[in-house]
Amino acid sequence: MTYGPKPWVQRHWDVRAATNFILGGTGSGLLVATALAAQAAPSWRPFVALGLALIALGLGAVWLEIGRKLRALHVFFNPFTSWMTRESFAALVLFALGATALALGQPWTAQALGLAALAFVFCQGRILRASKGIPAWRTAGITPLIMATGLAEGSGLYLIASAGGGAALGPLILFVLALVARALAWRGYRAKLGAGRPLSTLEPSAKWLMNAGTVTPLALLLLARFVLPQLFPAGAVLAGILALTAGWYFKFTLVTRAAFNQGFALPRLPVRGSR
Amino acid sequence: MTRWVMVADLRRCVGCQTCTAACKHTNATPPEVQWRRVLDMEVGEYPQVHRAFVPVGCMHCADPPCMHVCPSTATRQRPDGIVTIDYDLCIGCAYCAVACPYQARYKTDEPTFAYGAPMPSESERFDPRRIGVATKCTFCSDRIDAGLEKGLKPGVDPEATPACVNSCIAKALHFGDIEDPASNVSGLLAENQFFRMHEELGTEPGFYYLWDRKP
Repeated sequence: MTYGPKPWVQRHWDVRAATNFILGGTGSGLLVATALAAQAAPSWRPFVALGLALIALGLGAVWLEIGRKLRALHVFFNPFTSWMTRESFAALVLFALGATALALGQPWTAQALGLAALAFVFCQGRILRASKGIPAWRTAGITPLIMATGLAEGSGLYLIASAGGGAALGPLILFVLALVARALAWRGYRAKLGAGRPLSTLEPSAKWLMNAGTVTPLALLLLARFVLPQLFPAGAVLAGILALTAGWYFKFTLVTRAAFNQGFALPRLPVRGSR
Repeated sequence: MTRWVMVADLRRCVGCQTCTAACKHTNATPPEVQWRRVLDMEVGEYPQVHRAFVPVGCMHCADPPCMHVCPSTATRQRPDGIVTIDYDLCIGCAYCAVACPYQARYKTDEPTFAYGAPMPSESERFDPRRIGVATKCTFCSDRIDAGLEKGLKPGVDPEATPACVNSCIAKALHFGDIEDPASNVSGLLAENQFFRMHEELGTEPGFYYLWDRKP
């Protein structure tokens, strides 16, 4: 039994920080999808540019949140233990590879960039995992959930931007696998988080994530592929939109609404008169 | 080795907030920033109602999550266990604030004063280095260091002891070296039952709460 004031939602990270997780995840997922398409679809460079732009916008949003903006480069000082520093180094590598890919146009550069994007979104998951004061973030299943969400959003955006995936099959397969992985990751995370206010706050957006963001897109794709081929590519684009927006809504809720702190708790009450 | 810790006797704290006021006076913290707070907890239903006053603040954890997440290395830990913030390195990302399970960290983005315009005392003590960065309880490390240089004993000699401990009217707050078996805090912990807040998180806080004598 513990006693204490109820936890409340943290106010240190707001929509600006959420934007970094939203756009960073989507941009990373788009770069991974592009890496899978690079061999079959020669005109992949605009997708790389879009992915890099999304990640840059996310990092720009979080830069607006820091108190000492001119000291932003200090973020690189602690690679030994800080996942925020590691995310910054991953971003450096990612933008260097992105510039190389845009300049050279070789498929292998896009594939290397895809790996860097995976590292970047992994760091984002670990940033939340290391936030020990926020139960909804520190839960063990958060990293796979953040990674799967980013991949689902990014591959969904690829389907939208390429009007159904184009000639490449890779992004479409990634989209389906990422949707399934996201659903499984949510179930695992939900079980580890346990009942409480963070979970009850997340539930509405999670329902969207599962119904509108997972089941509906998968049904649309199956329908367009096996039953009504005339639905393609519009069905795939709609599936991408649903997966993307449901993921954004979920992550916005996770960072800004479900981020209850630990609160205070006394495992024992004082026994007065004993001293 | 020395490991400075604080001990709060929950049986003695009366919730007078003198420690809070003393901390604010000593450290010149702005409005809404309380490095030392006292929670007023009420539990149960009439007639079985209990009330506890609980001093909280930075727990100066032995394994501080705030330090591990800090990207700028502004948050560090001294050999004596005190967790510090270098205001000149901190970027104000607030990652430490969300990593802290004790809500001990504050960030003030612009100067604020008790009555709008700064009073002369506020103007004199205003520290621009604290704007836009993380701040928290320092265990009055400057007092400890200055006292040690004079050969004083922190926790025993008031000049070398944190302001909140000095000010406590009920002798509920104590400060000392837990590594010294003969220290005041070691004695209190030997005689009484105690707990640390959120111990299950593994941060090993340097703040102990006494709740009953040992049987």
